[in-house]
Amino acid sequence: MTETNTNSRIGEELLSVNNIDLSFGGVKALTDISFNINKGEIRSIIGPNGAGKSSMLNVINGFYQPQVGHVRFKGKDYTPMRPALAAKSGIARTFQNIALFKGMSTLDNIMTGRYLKMHSSFIEQALYIGRAKREELEHREKVEEIIDFLEIEAIRKTPVGRLPYGLQKRVELARALAMEPELLLLDEPMAGMNLEEKEDMSRYIIDVNEQFGTTIALIEHDMGVVMDLSDRVVVLDYGRKLADGSPDEVSSNQDVIDAYLGVSH
Amino acid sequence: MEFLYSIFVTPFVEMWTAPEFLAEVVLGGLMSGIMYSLVALGFVLIFKASGVFNFAQGVMVLFAALNFVGLIDAGLPIVVALIATILIMVALAFAIERVVLRNLVNQEHIILFMATIGIAYFLEGLGEMIWGGDVRPLNIGLPDDVWFVGDILIQQSEVFAAAVAGSLVIALSLFFQYTRTGRALRAVADDHQAALSVGIPLNHIWIVVWAVAGLVALVAGIMWGSKFWVQFSLSTIALKALPVLILGGFTSIPGAIIGGLIIGAGEKVAEVFWGAAYGGAIEEWFAYVLALIFLFFRPQGLFGEKIIERV
Amino acid sequence: MFYREAGDFKTSYAADQSILSIKLDRYFVIGLIAFGVIVVPMIGNDYWLGSLLIPVLVLSIAALGLNILTGYAGQLSLGTGAFMATGAYMAYKVATNLAFLGAPVAIIIGGLSAAFAGVLFGLPSLRIKGFYLAVTTLAAQFFLLWLFTHVDWFVNYSISGVPSIPPMEFFGVLISGAEATTEARYLFVLGFAIILGLAARNLARCKMGRGWMAIRDMDIAAEIIGIDPLKAKLSAFAISSFYCGVAGALWAFCFINTVEPGAYDINRSFQILFMVIIGGLGSILGSFLGAAFIVLLPIFLNNAPQWIGLNLTSDVISHMEIMIFGALIVFFLIVEPHGLARLWQIAKEKLRRWPFPY
Repeated sequence: MTETNTNSRIGEELLSVNNIDLSFGGVKALTDISFNINKGEIRSIIGPNGAGKSSMLNVINGFYQPQVGHVRFKGKDYTPMRPALAAKSGIARTFQNIALFKGMSTLDNIMTGRYLKMHSSFIEQALYIGRAKREELEHREKVEEIIDFLEIEAIRKTPVGRLPYGLQKRVELARALAMEPELLLLDEPMAGMNLEEKEDMSRYIIDVNEQFGTTIALIEHDMGVVMDLSDRVVVLDYGRKLADGSPDEVSSNQDVIDAYLGVSH
Repeated sequence: MEFLYSIFVTPFVEMWTAPEFLAEVVLGGLMSGIMYSLVALGFVLIFKASGVFNFAQGVMVLFAALNFVGLIDAGLPIVVALIATILIMVALAFAIERVVLRNLVNQEHIILFMATIGIAYFLEGLGEMIWGGDVRPLNIGLPDDVWFVGDILIQQSEVFAAAVAGSLVIALSLFFQYTRTGRALRAVADDHQAALSVGIPLNHIWIVVWAVAGLVALVAGIMWGSKFWVQFSLSTIALKALPVLILGGFTSIPGAIIGGLIIGAGEKVAEVFWGAAYGGAIEEWFAYVLALIFLFFRPQGLFGEKIIERV
Repeated sequence: MFYREAGDFKTSYAADQSILSIKLDRYFVIGLIAFGVIVVPMIGNDYWLGSLLIPVLVLSIAALGLNILTGYAGQLSLGTGAFMATGAYMAYKVATNLAFLGAPVAIIIGGLSAAFAGVLFGLPSLRIKGFYLAVTTLAAQFFLLWLFTHVDWFVNYSISGVPSIPPMEFFGVLISGAEATTEARYLFVLGFAIILGLAARNLARCKMGRGWMAIRDMDIAAEIIGIDPLKAKLSAFAISSFYCGVAGALWAFCFINTVEPGAYDINRSFQILFMVIIGGLGSILGSFLGAAFIVLLPIFLNNAPQWIGLNLTSDVISHMEIMIFGALIVFFLIVEPHGLARLWQIAKEKLRRWPFPY
C-alpha cells in the first residue's frame, strides 16, 4: 500500500505493469516501465509529446504487445494481453482521436458497448423473439441511464458523424461506460476542448469515479486538470518513467520540472 | 490415383521431355503478361497519385483502342488518328476530374472505387454507342515477323511490346521519383486534404495523372489491339490486371510489370500442363486464385509497403 | 399534413425499438404486404407477375444479401453471382436427388451451401480490406462458376449442361417447373422475400447488426469494445451468401426453370452491386427499391423513346442502358450515397408539411 491510500474509496491494486519494454522496429517507445493502479483511484499518465503515454495505454489494453514485461490485472497475469481479452476482463477505453462508429446513431453507438453482455442466438435475433428482444430492452434501459448521466438525451437518435467534437467525446465516454468497466482508460479526454467543456468533462470523470466506483487511468496535457483530478500521477519522458506519486510530489520533482521546462545539459 | 498422377507427375514429365515446348509456352505467357502489366501500370499510376483504385482502367484501354481504330477506319492517317486519340484521352481525364473526382474529394476509398465502376460502365456504353460493337482489326505496321532462337519461336511484335513496356516503366519511375509533380502526386495519394493545405493543386494533379493513365491505356490498347484485334472482351481480360496488382503491390511500378509476367506465364503453364486434368479453361480463374493464396502470405504484395496501423 | 410523426408518443422502450415505430409507416407496410399477397395475384397478368415482379423480388433478396455484406459490414464483394450460382446448383442437386425434402428445404440447403462458400472466400477479409477483398471475391466469381460448368456432378451429368428444374410442390401447389402457374411462383417468391426482409431488418438492429456496422465504421474501436472481427466479418459473409444462395435458387426454380451458368456471371454481380448502391447502402428498404429500379429501368428505356416518337434500334438502347447505369452510379455516389432509400425518407419529410408548407 502506498501512502496515498488514506482515502477510503481507494482499495488494493487493480492493475500493474511491470518492466515493460516496447519497440517498433529499432525505435524504443517504452523502456522498463513499471507502475500500478489501485482500485477506485484516478491515475494520470503525463509527459511531453512522444513520451509514450498512448503507447502505454495501448499496451494495457493489448493493442501493442510489449517485447519485455507483463501486465497484471485483478491479480491475474495477462501476457500477452489482447484487445478482446481486455474488453472481456473489464477494461474500456476512449481514444485520442475520437473512434466512434460514424454511421450509427448515438444510441446505437452506446449500445455497442453492451455487445459483450448480450448472448442471444442468431435465430432469436433474426426473429426478434425471446432473449434477443428481452436483451434489447434491458440494455436499452441501462444505456438510457448512461445517456441521462451524461446529459445527451437530445442527441440520442442523431448519427454521431453530425455531432460537434465536444459531444462526440462525450458519446465516446458513454460507450466506454456502457461496458461497465472496472478500469477505464481515457486518452486525452479533454484535448481540443474549451474551458467550459473541460469543466464538464472533469465533472463527469469525477462522477463516474465516485458514483460507479470505476477506476480511471487518464492521459491529459492540461496540468491544472491533472493536478485537481488525480490521486496519483506517473510521469513519462522519452519512454522512461521519470516520477510517480501524488500530484504534489510530482509537481515538486526536479526531473519533472526539467523535462517540462527544458534544462541545459 | 490417376487424378493425382495427372497433377503431380505427368505435367512435370511433359515439361522435362519437351523443354523447347515449355520455353515457348512460358514465352507466350510472358507476352500476354506484358499486356496485363500495361493495364496494371495504369492502375498503379492512378492509385499512387490519388489513392483511387481505378476499376475503369481496363475499359479505358478498350476505349482508347476503339477511338484509335475507329478514326483510322474513318480514313484518317495513323499519325493524325494517334494525336486525336491522345487528345480524346486527355479530354476524358478533364471530364472525369470535373464531373466525378472533384465531387468526391475526401470520400472513403471504397466510394471512389465504386464510382470508377460507374465510369467503366459509362465508357463501355459510350464506346459501343459511337463505334459499334464489331470486332475490328488494328494494323499500324508493327513488326509481325518471327525470330528463331535455337528451336524457340519468338514473335517480333512481342519483343516490341516488351520494349515499349520497359521504356514506359523507366520513364514513369523517373517521373515519380525525381520531378516536382511526382512528389506532389505522392503527397496527394497520402492525404487529399493535407495536400490541398500545402498548396498542391489537387484538380490539376488529378488531370495530369488521369491523362497519363489514359496514355498508358492507349499504348496498351494499341499493343493489344494489334495482336488480338479490338473487341469487347478486352475489358474483361483487363480484369486480370487486378490479381496482377495484388501480386505486385498497389503502389509499385516495377511490381506491376513483374506481377504481370508471373501471372501471364503462370496461367499459360497451368493451362497447358494442368488444364487437361481439370477439364480445361483453368486460365479463367488461375490468376485470381493465385492472388487469393498470395494474399494470405504477403498482403502488401511483392513490392508494396507494409501497412502499419496506429491507434 | 397526412404523414405525421408528431403526436405519436411512445411510452415504452419496446414501442420505441419496434421495427416501424411510427404508426403511419406501420400501417403503410402492413397494407403493402397485404396488397402484394392478396390483390396483386388477382389483378396481375402473366407479364407483370412473371416478367417483372418475380425477378424484382428474387433480385431484391440477392441485394439484401449484398447489402448486409457491403452496406452493413463494409466488405465489398464482386462475387455475388457466384454465391447465387452455388445456391442454385446445390438446390438443384437436392431437388433432384433428395426430392422428398421438398422445394423450400432444397432452396434453403442451397442457401446454406452458398453460406459455406461465402465463409470460405470471406476468410481473406480477416487480413485484407477494401479493393483487395474485391479481388478475392472475383476469385470466387470465376472459380465457382468454372467449377459448376466443368464438373458434371453438379448438373447430374446432363449432356447440355443446362438441366431443367423438376416440378416441385409446396402444400400441393406446383411452384417450380414449366407447369407451375405464375401466381403460385410469385407467391412462393414473395413469401421468401417477406421473411428474409424481416429477418434482415431484425438482424440489422440487434447485436449482430451493430457488430457489423461497428466493424464497418471503425474496426479497431470495435475490437477494443470486444467485438470479434473474425466473427463479425465471417457472419456477415455467411448470412449475405445465404441470402444470395436463396436468391440464386429461386431464380432457377421460379423464374428461368433451368440451372444456367450465364444467369450468374460477373455481370450479375455488378447488377446486384448497382442495386445496392442506387437503392441505398445499409438500408433494407433500399435493397427492394434498388432491385425494382434496376429491373424496371431497361423496360422503361425500351419503351420511352417510342412514347415520344423516337425510333431507336435495340442496339443503341442497350448501349444507352449501360451508359445510364454507369452515370447513375456516379450520380448517386456523389449526390446521395444513401440512395433511393434516403430520397424516400426526404420525400416523407416533405410530405409531413404538405400541402401547407408553413
